[in-house]
Amino acid sequence: MKVMAQVGMVMNLDKCIGCHTCSVTCKQAWTNRDGMEYAWFNNVETRPGLGYPRTYQDQEKWQGGWVLNKRGKLQLRSGGRVKRLLSIFNNPKLPAVSDYYEPWTYDYDNLLSAPLGEHSPVAQPKSTITGNPMKIEWSANWDDDLGGAPETGPNDPIIKKIKADVTDRVKFEFEQAYMFYLPRICEHCLNPSCVSACPSGAMYKREEDGIVLVDQDGCRGWRMCVTGCPYKKVFFNHATGKAEKCTMCYPRIEAGQPTVCSETCVGRLRYLGLFLYDADRVAEAAATPNEQDLYEAQLDIILDPHDPEVQAQARRDGIPADWLEAAERSPVYRLAKEFRVALPLHPEYRTMPMVWYVPPLSPVVDSLRETGHDAEDADNLFGALRSLRIPMEYLAELFTAGDPKPVMRALDTLSVMRSYMRDQNVGNPLRPELPQRVGLTETEILELYRLLAIAKYEDRYVIPSAHAEAGKELEDLACSLDGEGGPGQFPEGGQGRPGGGTATAVAPPRPVAAESFHALKGASHQRSDATAGSIDINLPHWDGKGVPLGMPQIRKSDD
Amino acid sequence: MNIIVTGLLAAEVSTTSAEVAEPSSLNLLLWIAFPYVAIATIIVGLVWRYRYDKFGWTTRSSQSYENKIMHVASPLFHYGIIAVFFGHILGLMIPETWTEAIGLDEHTYHMLTLPLSLIAGAATLIGLIMLIFRRRTTAQVFQRTTKNDKVMYVFLGAAILLGVFTSWAASGIFDDGHNYREDVAVWFRSILIFQPQPEAMASAPAYFQIHAVAGMLLFCIWPFTRLVHVFSVPLQYLMRPYVVYRKKSPHRSGNRTTRRGWEPTRTD
Repeated sequence: MKVMAQVGMVMNLDKCIGCHTCSVTCKQAWTNRDGMEYAWFNNVETRPGLGYPRTYQDQEKWQGGWVLNKRGKLQLRSGGRVKRLLSIFNNPKLPAVSDYYEPWTYDYDNLLSAPLGEHSPVAQPKSTITGNPMKIEWSANWDDDLGGAPETGPNDPIIKKIKADVTDRVKFEFEQAYMFYLPRICEHCLNPSCVSACPSGAMYKREEDGIVLVDQDGCRGWRMCVTGCPYKKVFFNHATGKAEKCTMCYPRIEAGQPTVCSETCVGRLRYLGLFLYDADRVAEAAATPNEQDLYEAQLDIILDPHDPEVQAQARRDGIPADWLEAAERSPVYRLAKEFRVALPLHPEYRTMPMVWYVPPLSPVVDSLRETGHDAEDADNLFGALRSLRIPMEYLAELFTAGDPKPVMRALDTLSVMRSYMRDQNVGNPLRPELPQRVGLTETEILELYRLLAIAKYEDRYVIPSAHAEAGKELEDLACSLDGEGGPGQFPEGGQGRPGGGTATAVAPPRPVAAESFHALKGASHQRSDATAGSIDINLPHWDGKGVPLGMPQIRKSDD
Repeated sequence: MNIIVTGLLAAEVSTTSAEVAEPSSLNLLLWIAFPYVAIATIIVGLVWRYRYDKFGWTTRSSQSYENKIMHVASPLFHYGIIAVFFGHILGLMIPETWTEAIGLDEHTYHMLTLPLSLIAGAATLIGLIMLIFRRRTTAQVFQRTTKNDKVMYVFLGAAILLGVFTSWAASGIFDDGHNYREDVAVWFRSILIFQPQPEAMASAPAYFQIHAVAGMLLFCIWPFTRLVHVFSVPLQYLMRPYVVYRKKSPHRSGNRTTRRGWEPTRTD
């Protein structure tokens, strides 16, 4: 057993209202750059729908993820190493920018500069790639809220798949539609096929927290990772010629803060925490012969952080004590493994994805209510879940390789929680037998309720800070060689630089390092004294707590 | 060492050195100074580029814009040019005496290698023409073509075009042809072992000389263009484990300034 830590995420789909705030804030933070206009590290897609890029789940077409070869060994679906090296001059399965969408802006200037005329001037759409006028035909969420679904919906790869088994036709008429939102980021898989496909070895999984990153200096632009990833969450920056992907906001995670998408989520549906897993058994679990057993296999390699044996081994494997403590309080571990309400997205790709989803119960509740039933009653919900065959199969194709049982169990648990808590809230007699039906105790149901419904900030995000060498931290704070008069002298007092008292207006912005972040916050008190009268206020790096660095302190007169 | 040197120079042409007793200064410049300048430029340039611009070291593929022409043209060009590369190694590095020693006379050798060189040259040239056509006619690709790319295409195109012409001219299909292994190859090896024989090249036909100059010019700009991707053929991929783990690199922690590659989106 080799214990490794993984930062994982759970998204509660019941709460997603499809507002795209996560996508927008992520874009502002990471991809508002030339070459990445078309890329959304975080996107929210309406299901059923084509997804982004279109039909990415059709692995027969896009060849992402792993398959078992004839000898039962794991192999990338796009082929063995030699085959893929030979196709290096033209990756046969690379999505074109048009498969995502051609990014555009509008010719706003025309609104102001057009000469006076009979008609109002218009802002024509222009491609940000060519600069030419273009016709907008698709975008990252073009089929949002089932827009155009009668036309595009039947091409949803999952609808195509389940239609083969189910005789009922899936209806896309508006009133019969079953719809929910699926926010997606990189899965930061335990067995990442993008990393495995990179010929240059530039992609890697971090040993400390399992975050999958691209070394921008090592990437040579072979584009194999884009094909390798079955979720199509590695993007090719067409301006720099390098691969880029969701970074799990690692600078924030290192500082113990949630990712931008989580922090800004309006529905507060995201959970961040640690998984401990057995790295020695990842390949074995990913090679489980039956696809429908992959969900269980994945749960199986996730270790119990309360188990003294696991803890002892984790300490031997160099996992720091505060990380072990965080793993014990991890909300993602509780939701995925203890309560089993969070399910992995497409385990059949055999990448062991680490972003999990609580399947949505709300559409079932809604349709039940429309038929005039008591939609909060557990028995009614149980019945409805079993009769809504197509939505269940759809969810099962997303989360459990087509096996409806785990999805049903997760939704049953949510139904029980709703029903049990309703009884408590309206003062009905409590029914202890309800939690037992899904194998939980009453206390556990209350804990699940607190986690899912109350969802306090500190319960949702349990993120231990990264550990760095004390020496480096000290160097960042004081005595470094690039201080005033030192050999590596910088203009003093750049932003985020503690101790730099007298700011010069021309000092370039210098990002805060994760290692010095907390020390910086501590330093802000002393600093306000030293910099009285200075205008070097560090708002961009203010975390919203306390007083921003450099902000003049207004003292009460009795001080 | 001496034995190898003697071996490599075995085909030294006595007639050439007798006719041109003292190589002209142009010949000295072109066939001694220039080759060493080109070699120094490509080596120093690559080291410099690797140390200071790892971020710019990429294929900068345009496949995500257009793939219909590219999926034919790119493999055609690349496999063609790889064959051309090995053809050059074979023709320039293996002395004629060695092939004769294993019983291949000049005619047989020529008949064996000629079809290969013509096919490889044609594939490269056709591939390149298709790629340039694609680059010019696809709006996205053309918009994203830098000045550096355009200059590079001129040098690369010239070297390839002259090379294909040279291989046809020397083939013996149209006239008697020319056995480059008796002069060009001798000069080439003499440069590599630091015993330059400019007179060997000076006596070669003009089209060989022009092709060689074009090739050396290409080497001179090589490290400063996207052609650097040639030096990152990822053969190590065949040996390494699938999943790569790395520790958080301590030397990268600390305050950093903003890196290249963070240009805002175009809004014009």
